[in-house]
Amino acid sequence: MTGLFSEVFLGALLFGAVTAAIPLLLAGLGEQMSEKAGVLNIGIEGMMIFGAYLGFVGAFYSGSLWLGFLTGALGGMVVALLMALLCVRLGLNQIVIGIGLTLGLEGLTALLHHFQFSRSYPRLPAADRTVIPFLADIPILGPALFRQHLIVYMAIALVFVMGYIYRRTQLGLNLQAAGDKPAALDVAGIDVVRTRTIAVLTTGALAGLGGAYLANVGAGIFIPFITNGAGFLGIVLAMLARGRPVWVLFGALLFGVCLSLTTAMQVAGINIPTDVIQMLPFLAVMIMLVLFGRRASLPAALGIPYERGAR
Amino acid sequence: MSATALDTSNGTPARRDIQRRIIMTLGPILAALIIAGCILLAVGVNPLTYYGFVLERGLLSPLGVQQTLTRMAPLLFLAAGLIVAFRAGMWNLGGDGQFLLGAVTAAASGPLLVQVLPAWLALFCAFLLATAIAMLWSLVPALLRAYQGVNEIITTLMMTFLGTSLANVLVKLVFLDPSTTVPQTRTLPVEDRLPRLFDTTITSGLLLGLAAILIVHFVMTRTAFGLKLQIVGANPRAAVHAGLGVPKLTIAVFAISAGLAGLAGAVDIIGVQGNVRADWNPAYAMAVIPVVFLARMNGIAAIGFVFMLSVLSIGGESAARRLGVPHHFTLVLVSIVLIMLALAEYIDHRYNQSRKA
Repeated sequence: MTGLFSEVFLGALLFGAVTAAIPLLLAGLGEQMSEKAGVLNIGIEGMMIFGAYLGFVGAFYSGSLWLGFLTGALGGMVVALLMALLCVRLGLNQIVIGIGLTLGLEGLTALLHHFQFSRSYPRLPAADRTVIPFLADIPILGPALFRQHLIVYMAIALVFVMGYIYRRTQLGLNLQAAGDKPAALDVAGIDVVRTRTIAVLTTGALAGLGGAYLANVGAGIFIPFITNGAGFLGIVLAMLARGRPVWVLFGALLFGVCLSLTTAMQVAGINIPTDVIQMLPFLAVMIMLVLFGRRASLPAALGIPYERGAR
Repeated sequence: MSATALDTSNGTPARRDIQRRIIMTLGPILAALIIAGCILLAVGVNPLTYYGFVLERGLLSPLGVQQTLTRMAPLLFLAAGLIVAFRAGMWNLGGDGQFLLGAVTAAASGPLLVQVLPAWLALFCAFLLATAIAMLWSLVPALLRAYQGVNEIITTLMMTFLGTSLANVLVKLVFLDPSTTVPQTRTLPVEDRLPRLFDTTITSGLLLGLAAILIVHFVMTRTAFGLKLQIVGANPRAAVHAGLGVPKLTIAVFAISAGLAGLAGAVDIIGVQGNVRADWNPAYAMAVIPVVFLARMNGIAAIGFVFMLSVLSIGGESAARRLGVPHHFTLVLVSIVLIMLALAEYIDHRYNQSRKA
C-alpha cells in the first residue's frame, strides 16, 4: 500500500480524474440545457457515441484534433436535429425516440468501425497540452490541472458562460420558461418549439464534443460502445445539479475521480478486479441519489411535448 | 379506433380499420428495410443478399426456425415484465441488470440443487431464487420512486450498469467453476435442463414465456389489480385521489417487472445455455424495450413483434458470419423500424384529426 500516496500515484489519479470528468461535464451541461427547456434527452448517449465516432474520423483523417472536435460536435448536432424534429416539432415520445436513437447509433458506429478500423485499430498521437506558466509547477496539482489540452480549460470556462446565460440573458429566461410553463412563453410571443430546438441542438453539440474528447484525447482511439453510459451519467449530473452549471462541474469531477481510480489503482498495483472498480462511479450515483434524490428538482413540463392550445 | 367505429358513412368500417392498421404497420417496416438497405449498400454489402440470409436462417430453415423459437423464450419474459411497468407508467430501463443477475443466480444454484433435490424441484427452486434476487435488485429504484419521487429512468439505468458488473464479479470470483480454466459458472448437465419440445431443439421455456406474457396481458386488461396499475400509469395524482396506495403499487410493479426479467435470465440458462460465461451480456432487454412500444404495450401483439425480433437476431447472427456484417446491424434495423413506426403513428393521428375537423 506504500504506492497509494506517492506523488506519482496522486498525480496520475488527479490527471485521470480531470480527463474523465470533461466528457461528463460537457454531456451534463448539454443535458442541463435540454432539461431546463423541458426536453428529457435520453438520446444523449447516442449523440455522444456518434460524436465520438465522427470526432475520431475527423481527427484521424485530417490529423488535426481541432477539426476532430468540430466534426464530433457536428455529429452530435445531426443526431440532435433528428431528436428535435421528432420529439420537439412532432411531439413524439421523448423516451421512446431517445432509446431508439441511442440503440441505433451504438449499432451504426459499431458497424462503421468494423468496416473501417477493425483490422488496424489505428490510434491518434497523444494530444498536445497547454501548459499554464507558474501554476503548472505546483507539485502534484500542477501537472494534473494546468497541463491539460486547451479544450479542457474551454470546457471549464463554459460552465461560467452557461451560468451567465441562464441568469443574465433573455435566452436563459426563455429556456427556463419553455421547461416550466411553455404556454406562458408562447403567450409572450416567443416560439416554444424554436426555443426547445435551440436547447436540443446545443445539447447535441456539447454531447458530441464530449464524445470526441473521450475518443480523441481520453482514449486516443475509437472502439464500439466507447461511451459506456457516460451520456446517462450526464443525465444524472444534470438532474442532481438542479439547474446550476457549477454543480455539474463538481459532480463531473467527483465521478472523474471514481473513474480515474480504476486506472490509478491498477498503476499502483493494487489487485482488485476491474469489474469491482467499474462499479464505483455507478455506486457513487446511487448513493448520491439515495442521499440527495429528494432534492433533485426537475422542470414542471419536462418530457411533455408542447402543443399550442392543448390542455 | 373509436373514431372509425362511429364512422359508418362509407363501406364497412371494421374492414377499413384493419386494412389501415396493416398498412400502418407494414409500410413503416418496409420503409425501414429500405433505409437500412441503403446503409448496407454504403458499406458495400448487397442488402438483398443480407435480407435473404436473414430470412433463410431465421425463418425458412428448420434448424433456424427452431433457434428462433428458442430465442423467443427469454425475450417473452422480458416483454411481459416491461408491459407491466410501462402500462403502470414506470420506466424500468434496468432489465439487463435484472436479467443477468437472474441468470447468474440460476447458474449458481441450478447445478448444486440438482445434486440434492429431484430435478423438477431443483429447477423450480432455481427459478424462484432468480426471481427473488432480481426483485431485490429493483428494490432501491422502487423505494426511491415510491417514497422520494426520484426519477426511475436514471436509477434503473444506474442499477443496470451496476448489475452487469456485479454479475461479472460473481461469475469470476464467487461462482467460478474450479474444473475449467475458462471463467464461467458450473454447467447444468444437459439432461437436467428444461425438456425440449417433441423431437425438436426448441426449449419448453417457450411455452413458459408464452404463458407469462398471456397471463400478464390478462391481468393488466381484465383484473382489478391491472386496472389499478393502469390508473397509476395514466395519472398518479388521480390514483391517489381514487384511494389507491400508490407507493405500495409502485413497489409491486417494480417487483413484478424485475422478477419477470430475472425469470428471463433463468429460463435462458436453465433451458439453453447451462452456464454463464464471464462478460456475457446479450443486452436483450434494451432491444425488447422498442418492441414493447411497437406492440403498444399489448401482450398479444408483443408476441408477434418478439417473433420478428427473434428472426432478425438469429438471422442477423448467421448473416453476420456469412457476409462479415457485425450483428450490431440488427440494432440499427430495430431502431429505424421503431422511428418509422412512431412517425407512421403520428401521421395516422394527424390524418384522423384533420378528418374529424
